[in-house]
Amino acid sequence: MIKLQNINKSYHMGSNSLHVLKGIDLTVEKGEMVSIMGSSGSGKSTLLNIIGLLDSHDAGEYLLDGKVIREMSETKAAMLRNKMLGFVFQSFNLISFKNAMENVALPLYYQGVSRRKRNIIAMEYLERVGLTAWSNHLPNELSGGQKQRLAIARALIGQPKIILADEPTGALDSATSSEVMDLFGEINQSGITIMIVTHENDIAHRTQRIIKLNDGLIHTDQKNGVPRPPEKPALN
Amino acid sequence: MFDRDYWHEIGSSLAKNKIRTVLTAFGVFWGIFMLMIMIGSGSGLKNGVNNGMGDFATNSVFMWTRQTTIPYKGLPRNRSFYYRNDDIQALKDNIPELEILAPRLEGGGRQSGNNVIRKEKAGAFSIYGDYPEWNLIDPANIDQGRFLNQIDILQNRKVAVIGKRVLEVLFNKDENPIGQYVQINGVYFQVVGVFSPKNQNMNFGGDKEQSIHIPFTTLQKVYNYGDVVGWFAMTSKKDISVTVVEEKAKHLLKERHKVAPEDERAIGFFNLQKEFDQMTGLFAGINGLIWVVGIGTLLAGVIGISNIMLVIVKERTREIGIMRALGATPSKIMAQIIGESVFLTTLAGYTGLVIGVFIIEMIDKNLPAAATSDTMFLHPTIDFKVAVSALIILVISGVLAGLIPARRAISIKPIDALRFE
Repeated sequence: MIKLQNINKSYHMGSNSLHVLKGIDLTVEKGEMVSIMGSSGSGKSTLLNIIGLLDSHDAGEYLLDGKVIREMSETKAAMLRNKMLGFVFQSFNLISFKNAMENVALPLYYQGVSRRKRNIIAMEYLERVGLTAWSNHLPNELSGGQKQRLAIARALIGQPKIILADEPTGALDSATSSEVMDLFGEINQSGITIMIVTHENDIAHRTQRIIKLNDGLIHTDQKNGVPRPPEKPALN
Repeated sequence: MFDRDYWHEIGSSLAKNKIRTVLTAFGVFWGIFMLMIMIGSGSGLKNGVNNGMGDFATNSVFMWTRQTTIPYKGLPRNRSFYYRNDDIQALKDNIPELEILAPRLEGGGRQSGNNVIRKEKAGAFSIYGDYPEWNLIDPANIDQGRFLNQIDILQNRKVAVIGKRVLEVLFNKDENPIGQYVQINGVYFQVVGVFSPKNQNMNFGGDKEQSIHIPFTTLQKVYNYGDVVGWFAMTSKKDISVTVVEEKAKHLLKERHKVAPEDERAIGFFNLQKEFDQMTGLFAGINGLIWVVGIGTLLAGVIGISNIMLVIVKERTREIGIMRALGATPSKIMAQIIGESVFLTTLAGYTGLVIGVFIIEMIDKNLPAAATSDTMFLHPTIDFKVAVSALIILVISGVLAGLIPARRAISIKPIDALRFE
């Protein structure tokens, strides 16, 4: 699904240049649930952004679903993101003036699906994350866990092949974190590849594979075996 | 694309800071409002002045005699000369571009005291000997009776067409003047018509309401002018400049009266078309100034909108980043921001347009009708075409105002936009 070969990335700030990724080789198969760990500054978020087509790489080869990703126009990248990828962010990144249903429906809006049709689909996804009753609420009327579930529903609605999550539990307490991870587990069961950037060990241990980055290189890449079952039943 | 979400996004973006939005929109509103008021006033001024011109033939030239300044063919300088009756036919025969020729002879003005008497009433009026053609050069409203006709000329009839004021002075209110006699410089004339001038801005040294037209030939005979002609009024044929007639007539008259061809001062003349063209030029200038000032004001407003759009885009950087991560293409983002700018500009401008037109209409309604022809401001209007072009300008300037902010919005990489705090 994702194939990275010798990916390099540096940032230039004035005369200073910061070499963030120094040659990443990584293959992620379809249906895997992978977590990326590493200390801050290790390049884990940058890696996720490059995989997510939000940022470009300087050197190396990136194949997404068999397609070579290289210097594409922003329009093409936007369309690929819309069709292939779903994003979940630490700070939720919901649109404040749109209600829950409209937020979920947003990717379909950019696909040109009619308002009526996309709202029906959005309601289905809200039901899936247990937020049907909140469909008319604005994001700032929801709790952190609800917001993140809303963001996950939004990431799923475009039926992406990969979900990319950047510290999805970073702003949540452990109980809601666990709920969110349960949700990711369910999604993964349905065959969607998931990559999670985290620095929390217990979050990482609920994925099948843990990749540790250190100073722009892959330090360890260990299979975690069968993901640990949830410690307590989901609260939903 | 023009989905409800599109408008909702525009609405919530502009509603976020209402005071700022309203203040910004006010700039454009004021620009269009002032443009409409100025265009309306300009047209009112133009209509007022044009009304003062009435139906006066603007393609006309007037020609009289002065003293020669150059000796010629044995004749000395400072020689006075007069146009003669046979000049009339000569002008008609030799100038094909000539449309109307109206010779006139002035039979004494009002300065010499009461020259017109009827029974126990008397008044001082200007007496003009005219051909019927005069009424084509300076058309007047014939209130009663008729103007002079060809038979009056041929038969040297002693008939008079009197001005409105003459009627008021010499006749009682309920009297019918037609068929009555008035004594002009000691000779009785029968009144055949009463006229009121359509314009007072164009006159020949006197209030036209206080003048009397009598047949040209009668005036020559009765007051012993011989075959002297006072001056000529001429117009050119359609689509021919009256200057052509002027040049040819001057040349012909100089030749016929033994005036040196290079003597520029022997023939006095007044080319109305030149004056009229100058006035037309003046109004074109005023109009141009109005547009320059109006568009300038509008431009200031539009720049204000562009600035605020830049601020809005900056405030929404993160939001735009999220939208782009979710698959919004750059063209979608640009359409959204330009749409916002066009919406704000057009709404503000349209409000200014409507209020401006409304005020001009109110002024028009409450302005007294053109009872007197010497008004300088009349019937201010805004051409529908002007209003439509103003709207088109608004939409275009809205697009331009949104263009820079929109480009700014998509020039940031999505990842930088997402990181923006």
